[in-house]
Amino acid sequence: MRNKRPRSEAAARTCFWPIRLTSKLPDTMVHFTTEEKAAIASLWAKVNVEVVGGESLARLLIVYPWTQRLFDSFGNLYSESAIMGNPKVKAHGRKVLNSFGNAIKHMDDLKGTFEDLSELHCDKLHVDPENFRLLGNMILIVLATHFSKEFTPQMQAAWQKLTNAVANALAHKYH
Amino acid sequence: MLTAEEKAAVTGFWGKVNVDVVGAEALGRLLVVYPWTQRFFEHFGDLSTPDAVMGNPKVKAHGKRVLDAFSEGLKHLDDLKGAFAQLSELHCDKLHVDPENFKLLGNVLVVVLARHHGGEFTPVLQADFQKVVTGVANALAHRYH
Repeated sequence: MRNKRPRSEAAARTCFWPIRLTSKLPDTMVHFTTEEKAAIASLWAKVNVEVVGGESLARLLIVYPWTQRLFDSFGNLYSESAIMGNPKVKAHGRKVLNSFGNAIKHMDDLKGTFEDLSELHCDKLHVDPENFRLLGNMILIVLATHFSKEFTPQMQAAWQKLTNAVANALAHKYH
Repeated sequence: MLTAEEKAAVTGFWGKVNVDVVGAEALGRLLVVYPWTQRFFEHFGDLSTPDAVMGNPKVKAHGKRVLDAFSEGLKHLDDLKGAFAQLSELHCDKLHVDPENFKLLGNVLVVVLARHHGGEFTPVLQADFQKVVTGVANALAHRYH
Protein backbone atom coordinates (compact mmCIF):
# COMPACT_ATOMS: atom_id res chain seq x y z
CA MET A 1 0.00 0.00 0.00
CA ARG A 2 1.37 3.40 -0.97
CA ASN A 3 2.42 5.66 1.86
CA LYS A 4 0.27 8.77 1.49
CA ARG A 5 1.67 10.82 4.39
CA PRO A 6 3.36 14.07 3.39
CA ARG A 7 7.11 13.58 3.21
CA SER A 8 9.68 15.88 4.69
CA GLU A 9 12.08 17.53 2.32
CA ALA A 10 14.81 15.21 3.39
CA ALA A 11 12.61 12.22 2.87
CA ALA A 12 11.57 13.55 -0.52
CA ARG A 13 15.18 13.45 -1.64
CA THR A 14 15.37 9.78 -0.69
CA CYS A 15 13.84 7.36 -3.11
CA PHE A 16 11.55 5.08 -1.13
CA TRP A 17 10.07 3.40 -4.15
CA PRO A 18 11.80 1.37 -6.85
CA ILE A 19 12.80 3.57 -9.76
CA ARG A 20 10.50 2.83 -12.68
CA LEU A 21 12.76 2.13 -15.61
CA THR A 22 11.53 3.36 -18.92
CA SER A 23 13.89 1.37 -21.09
CA LYS A 24 13.16 -2.28 -21.75
CA LEU A 25 15.46 -4.58 -19.85
CA PRO A 26 16.18 -8.10 -21.00
CA ASP A 27 13.88 -10.63 -19.37
CA THR A 28 15.99 -11.94 -16.53
CA MET A 29 13.22 -14.05 -15.08
CA VAL A 30 13.49 -17.07 -17.38
CA HIS A 31 16.85 -18.36 -18.47
CA PHE A 32 17.19 -20.90 -21.25
CA THR A 33 20.42 -22.87 -21.42
CA THR A 34 22.31 -23.24 -24.68
CA GLU A 35 21.16 -26.85 -24.87
CA GLU A 36 17.52 -25.91 -24.35
CA LYS A 37 17.69 -23.23 -27.05
CA ALA A 38 19.35 -25.65 -29.45
CA ALA A 39 16.77 -28.37 -28.78
CA ILE A 40 13.86 -25.98 -29.27
CA ALA A 41 15.34 -24.58 -32.48
CA SER A 42 16.06 -28.05 -33.90
CA LEU A 43 12.46 -29.17 -33.49
CA TRP A 44 11.07 -25.83 -34.64
CA ALA A 45 12.94 -26.22 -37.93
CA LYS A 46 10.80 -29.30 -38.68
CA VAL A 47 7.47 -27.80 -37.63
CA ASN A 48 4.81 -27.12 -40.27
CA VAL A 49 3.35 -24.00 -38.69
CA GLU A 50 0.00 -24.30 -40.43
CA VAL A 51 -0.52 -27.94 -39.46
CA VAL A 52 0.75 -27.74 -35.89
CA GLY A 53 -0.81 -24.35 -35.23
CA GLY A 54 -4.19 -25.33 -36.63
CA GLU A 55 -4.24 -28.62 -34.77
CA SER A 56 -3.14 -27.05 -31.46
CA LEU A 57 -5.91 -24.48 -31.56
CA ALA A 58 -8.45 -27.09 -32.64
CA ARG A 59 -7.48 -29.38 -29.78
CA LEU A 60 -7.84 -26.48 -27.34
CA LEU A 61 -11.39 -25.87 -28.58
CA ILE A 62 -12.26 -29.57 -28.36
CA VAL A 63 -10.56 -30.53 -25.09
CA TYR A 64 -11.57 -27.31 -23.30
CA PRO A 65 -14.88 -26.43 -24.96
CA TRP A 66 -15.41 -23.23 -22.99
CA THR A 67 -12.59 -21.69 -25.03
CA GLN A 68 -14.93 -21.72 -28.03
CA ARG A 69 -16.62 -18.64 -26.58
CA LEU A 70 -13.53 -16.65 -27.57
CA PHE A 71 -14.11 -17.58 -31.22
CA ASP A 72 -17.83 -16.95 -31.74
CA SER A 73 -17.10 -15.38 -35.12
CA PHE A 74 -15.43 -18.54 -36.47
CA GLY A 75 -18.63 -20.23 -37.64
CA ASN A 76 -19.15 -23.97 -37.33
CA LEU A 77 -17.54 -25.35 -34.15
CA TYR A 78 -20.23 -27.97 -33.46
CA SER A 79 -18.21 -31.16 -33.81
CA GLU A 80 -14.64 -32.47 -33.75
CA SER A 81 -14.51 -32.70 -37.54
CA ALA A 82 -16.07 -29.24 -37.95
CA ILE A 83 -13.46 -27.70 -35.67
CA MET A 84 -10.54 -29.61 -37.21
CA GLY A 85 -11.67 -28.61 -40.70
CA ASN A 86 -12.66 -25.03 -39.91
CA PRO A 87 -10.53 -22.72 -42.10
CA LYS A 88 -10.67 -19.86 -39.58
CA VAL A 89 -9.38 -22.16 -36.83
CA LYS A 90 -6.50 -23.24 -39.08
CA ALA A 91 -5.68 -19.67 -40.05
CA HIS A 92 -5.74 -18.43 -36.51
CA GLY A 93 -3.75 -21.40 -35.28
CA ARG A 94 -1.10 -20.58 -37.88
CA LYS A 95 -1.07 -16.95 -36.70
CA VAL A 96 -0.65 -18.02 -33.06
CA LEU A 97 2.16 -20.43 -33.87
CA ASN A 98 3.94 -17.83 -35.99
CA SER A 99 4.10 -15.68 -32.88
CA PHE A 100 5.77 -18.65 -31.16
CA GLY A 101 8.33 -18.57 -33.94
CA ASN A 102 8.95 -14.97 -33.00
CA ALA A 103 9.32 -16.00 -29.35
CA ILE A 104 12.00 -18.50 -30.30
CA LYS A 105 14.01 -15.68 -31.89
CA HIS A 106 13.75 -13.62 -28.70
CA MET A 107 13.98 -16.12 -25.91
CA ASP A 108 15.97 -13.74 -23.75
CA ASP A 109 13.24 -11.11 -23.78
CA LEU A 110 9.87 -12.79 -23.97
CA LYS A 111 8.09 -10.18 -21.86
CA GLY A 112 9.23 -7.41 -24.19
CA THR A 113 8.41 -9.47 -27.28
CA PHE A 114 4.85 -10.17 -26.13
CA GLU A 115 4.10 -6.79 -24.57
CA ASP A 116 1.72 -5.62 -27.31
CA LEU A 117 0.01 -8.99 -27.59
CA SER A 118 -0.40 -9.05 -23.82
CA GLU A 119 -2.14 -5.69 -23.80
CA LEU A 120 -4.31 -6.78 -26.72
CA HIS A 121 -5.41 -10.00 -25.04
CA CYS A 122 -6.22 -8.14 -21.81
CA ASP A 123 -7.73 -4.86 -23.01
CA LYS A 124 -9.44 -5.85 -26.27
CA LEU A 125 -9.90 -9.61 -26.30
CA HIS A 126 -10.52 -10.20 -22.56
CA VAL A 127 -8.91 -13.62 -22.54
CA ASP A 128 -8.35 -15.36 -19.20
CA PRO A 129 -4.58 -15.90 -19.10
CA GLU A 130 -5.07 -19.47 -17.89
CA ASN A 131 -5.98 -20.21 -21.52
CA PHE A 132 -2.43 -19.35 -22.63
CA ARG A 133 -1.12 -22.14 -20.42
CA LEU A 134 -3.73 -24.56 -21.79
CA LEU A 135 -2.86 -23.69 -25.39
CA GLY A 136 0.82 -24.18 -24.58
CA ASN A 137 0.00 -27.68 -23.32
CA MET A 138 -1.90 -28.39 -26.55
CA ILE A 139 1.16 -27.39 -28.59
CA LEU A 140 3.23 -29.89 -26.61
CA ILE A 141 0.72 -32.66 -27.26
CA VAL A 142 0.60 -31.92 -30.98
CA LEU A 143 4.40 -31.91 -31.12
CA ALA A 144 4.38 -35.27 -29.31
CA THR A 145 1.94 -36.77 -31.83
CA HIS A 146 3.91 -35.50 -34.84
CA PHE A 147 7.47 -36.01 -33.60
CA SER A 148 7.45 -39.12 -31.44
CA LYS A 149 11.17 -39.78 -31.89
CA GLU A 150 12.43 -36.22 -31.50
CA PHE A 151 10.16 -35.43 -28.54
CA THR A 152 12.54 -36.80 -25.92
CA PRO A 153 12.09 -36.00 -22.22
CA GLN A 154 14.70 -33.25 -22.55
CA MET A 155 12.85 -31.83 -25.57
CA GLN A 156 9.59 -31.93 -23.64
CA ALA A 157 11.20 -30.15 -20.69
CA ALA A 158 12.61 -27.40 -22.93
CA TRP A 159 9.31 -26.85 -24.73
CA GLN A 160 7.31 -26.93 -21.48
CA LYS A 161 9.60 -24.20 -20.17
CA LEU A 162 9.09 -22.19 -23.35
CA THR A 163 5.30 -22.48 -23.39
CA ASN A 164 5.12 -21.58 -19.69
CA ALA A 165 7.37 -18.58 -20.27
CA VAL A 166 5.31 -17.40 -23.25
CA ALA A 167 2.11 -17.81 -21.21
CA ASN A 168 3.65 -15.72 -18.43
CA ALA A 169 4.81 -13.09 -20.91
CA LEU A 170 1.32 -12.87 -22.40
CA ALA A 171 -0.14 -12.41 -18.93
CA HIS A 172 2.46 -9.86 -17.92
CA LYS A 173 0.58 -6.72 -18.95
CA TYR A 174 -2.71 -7.79 -17.46
CA HIS A 175 -4.28 -5.44 -14.96
CA MET B 1 -18.56 -37.47 -15.36
CA LEU B 2 -18.13 -39.37 -18.61
CA THR B 3 -20.89 -40.38 -20.98
CA ALA B 4 -21.28 -44.02 -21.95
CA GLU B 5 -19.61 -43.30 -25.31
CA GLU B 6 -16.69 -41.56 -23.63
CA LYS B 7 -16.20 -44.44 -21.20
CA ALA B 8 -16.27 -46.94 -24.06
CA ALA B 9 -13.75 -44.86 -26.02
CA VAL B 10 -11.40 -44.61 -23.03
CA THR B 11 -11.52 -48.28 -22.07
CA GLY B 12 -11.34 -49.37 -25.71
CA PHE B 13 -8.25 -47.28 -26.30
CA TRP B 14 -6.68 -48.36 -23.02
CA GLY B 15 -6.69 -51.94 -24.26
CA LYS B 16 -4.01 -50.91 -26.78
CA VAL B 17 -1.81 -49.15 -24.25
CA ASN B 18 1.38 -50.85 -23.04
CA VAL B 19 0.89 -50.00 -19.38
CA ASP B 20 4.42 -50.98 -18.31
CA VAL B 21 6.14 -48.85 -20.93
CA VAL B 22 3.78 -45.88 -20.68
CA GLY B 23 3.85 -45.91 -16.88
CA ALA B 24 7.63 -45.94 -16.76
CA GLU B 25 7.89 -43.21 -19.36
CA ALA B 26 5.25 -41.00 -17.73
CA LEU B 27 6.91 -41.10 -14.32
CA GLY B 28 10.35 -40.60 -15.86
CA ARG B 29 9.19 -37.60 -17.85
CA LEU B 30 7.53 -36.10 -14.75
CA LEU B 31 10.88 -36.24 -12.97
CA VAL B 32 12.70 -34.67 -15.94
CA VAL B 33 10.19 -31.99 -16.91
CA TYR B 34 9.34 -31.00 -13.33
CA PRO B 35 12.60 -31.69 -11.48
CA TRP B 36 11.29 -30.76 -8.03
CA THR B 37 9.23 -33.95 -8.10
CA GLN B 38 12.48 -35.88 -7.71
CA ARG B 39 12.36 -35.02 -4.01
CA PHE B 40 9.72 -37.74 -3.55
CA PHE B 41 12.07 -40.35 -4.93
CA GLU B 42 15.40 -39.61 -3.32
CA HIS B 43 15.82 -43.27 -2.43
CA PHE B 44 15.59 -44.28 -6.09
CA GLY B 45 19.30 -43.77 -6.67
CA ASP B 46 20.68 -42.04 -9.73
CA LEU B 47 18.36 -39.31 -11.03
CA SER B 48 21.19 -36.99 -11.99
CA THR B 49 20.49 -36.77 -15.74
CA PRO B 50 17.47 -37.34 -17.99
CA ASP B 51 19.07 -40.55 -19.30
CA ALA B 52 19.72 -41.74 -15.74
CA VAL B 53 16.10 -41.04 -14.81
CA MET B 54 14.61 -42.76 -17.84
CA GLY B 55 16.86 -45.81 -17.40
CA ASN B 56 16.45 -46.06 -13.63
CA PRO B 57 14.90 -49.47 -12.81
CA LYS B 58 13.15 -48.13 -9.69
CA VAL B 59 11.56 -45.34 -11.72
CA LYS B 60 10.34 -47.89 -14.27
CA ALA B 61 8.97 -50.19 -11.58
CA HIS B 62 7.20 -47.40 -9.77
CA GLY B 63 5.82 -45.96 -13.00
CA LYS B 64 4.33 -49.34 -13.80
CA ARG B 65 2.81 -49.48 -10.30
CA VAL B 66 1.28 -46.02 -10.68
CA LEU B 67 -0.24 -46.86 -14.04
CA ASP B 68 -1.55 -50.20 -12.77
CA ALA B 69 -3.46 -48.19 -10.16
CA PHE B 70 -4.68 -45.87 -12.90
CA SER B 71 -5.80 -48.90 -14.96
CA GLU B 72 -7.72 -50.19 -11.98
CA GLY B 73 -9.33 -46.78 -11.63
CA LEU B 74 -10.57 -46.97 -15.23
CA LYS B 75 -12.79 -49.86 -14.13
CA HIS B 76 -14.51 -47.52 -11.64
CA LEU B 77 -15.07 -44.37 -13.65
CA ASP B 78 -18.37 -43.83 -11.83
CA ASP B 79 -16.70 -43.76 -8.44
CA LEU B 80 -13.14 -42.52 -8.74
CA LYS B 81 -13.24 -40.97 -5.27
CA GLY B 82 -14.12 -44.32 -3.76
CA ALA B 83 -11.63 -46.19 -5.90
CA PHE B 84 -8.75 -43.90 -4.89
CA ALA B 85 -9.75 -43.27 -1.24
CA GLN B 86 -6.97 -45.34 0.28
CA LEU B 87 -4.32 -44.06 -2.10
CA SER B 88 -5.48 -40.53 -1.32
CA GLU B 89 -4.99 -41.06 2.39
CA LEU B 90 -1.60 -42.65 1.77
CA HIS B 91 -0.38 -39.75 -0.37
CA CYS B 92 -1.55 -37.22 2.20
CA ASP B 93 -0.76 -38.85 5.54
CA LYS B 94 2.35 -40.91 4.74
CA LEU B 95 3.89 -39.58 1.54
CA HIS B 96 3.06 -35.86 1.95
CA VAL B 97 2.71 -35.25 -1.77
CA ASP B 98 1.39 -31.88 -2.90
CA PRO B 99 -1.76 -32.80 -4.87
CA GLU B 100 -0.76 -30.39 -7.63
CA ASN B 101 1.70 -33.11 -8.67
CA PHE B 102 -1.18 -35.45 -9.54
CA LYS B 103 -2.34 -32.95 -12.16
CA LEU B 104 1.18 -32.66 -13.52
CA LEU B 105 1.52 -36.44 -13.81
CA GLY B 106 -1.88 -36.62 -15.49
CA ASN B 107 -0.78 -34.08 -18.09
CA VAL B 108 2.49 -35.92 -18.66
CA LEU B 109 0.53 -39.16 -19.14
CA VAL B 110 -1.56 -37.46 -21.84
CA VAL B 111 1.64 -36.33 -23.60
CA VAL B 112 3.07 -39.86 -23.46
CA LEU B 113 -0.13 -41.35 -24.88
CA ALA B 114 0.01 -38.73 -27.66
CA ARG B 115 3.63 -39.60 -28.40
CA HIS B 116 2.97 -43.32 -28.58
CA HIS B 117 -0.24 -43.24 -30.54
CA GLY B 118 0.15 -40.21 -32.82
CA GLY B 119 -2.90 -39.45 -34.92
CA GLU B 120 -4.82 -42.29 -33.29
CA PHE B 121 -4.87 -40.12 -30.17
CA THR B 122 -7.58 -37.95 -31.66
CA PRO B 123 -8.71 -34.65 -30.12
CA VAL B 124 -11.90 -36.26 -28.82
CA LEU B 125 -9.94 -39.10 -27.23
CA GLN B 126 -7.60 -36.53 -25.74
CA ALA B 127 -10.61 -34.67 -24.33
CA ASP B 128 -11.90 -37.90 -22.79
CA PHE B 129 -8.55 -38.73 -21.23
CA GLN B 130 -8.14 -35.19 -19.95
CA LYS B 131 -11.42 -35.63 -18.09
CA VAL B 132 -10.23 -38.95 -16.67
CA VAL B 133 -6.82 -37.70 -15.48
CA THR B 134 -8.48 -34.66 -13.94
CA GLY B 135 -10.98 -36.94 -12.20
CA VAL B 136 -8.21 -39.19 -10.91
CA ALA B 137 -6.16 -36.20 -9.68
CA ASN B 138 -9.21 -34.85 -7.86
CA ALA B 139 -9.95 -38.27 -6.38
CA LEU B 140 -6.38 -38.56 -5.13
CA ALA B 141 -6.67 -35.15 -3.49
CA HIS B 142 -10.09 -35.85 -2.03
CA ARG B 143 -8.96 -37.28 1.32
CA TYR B 144 -6.43 -34.55 1.97
CA HIS B 145 -6.84 -32.58 5.14
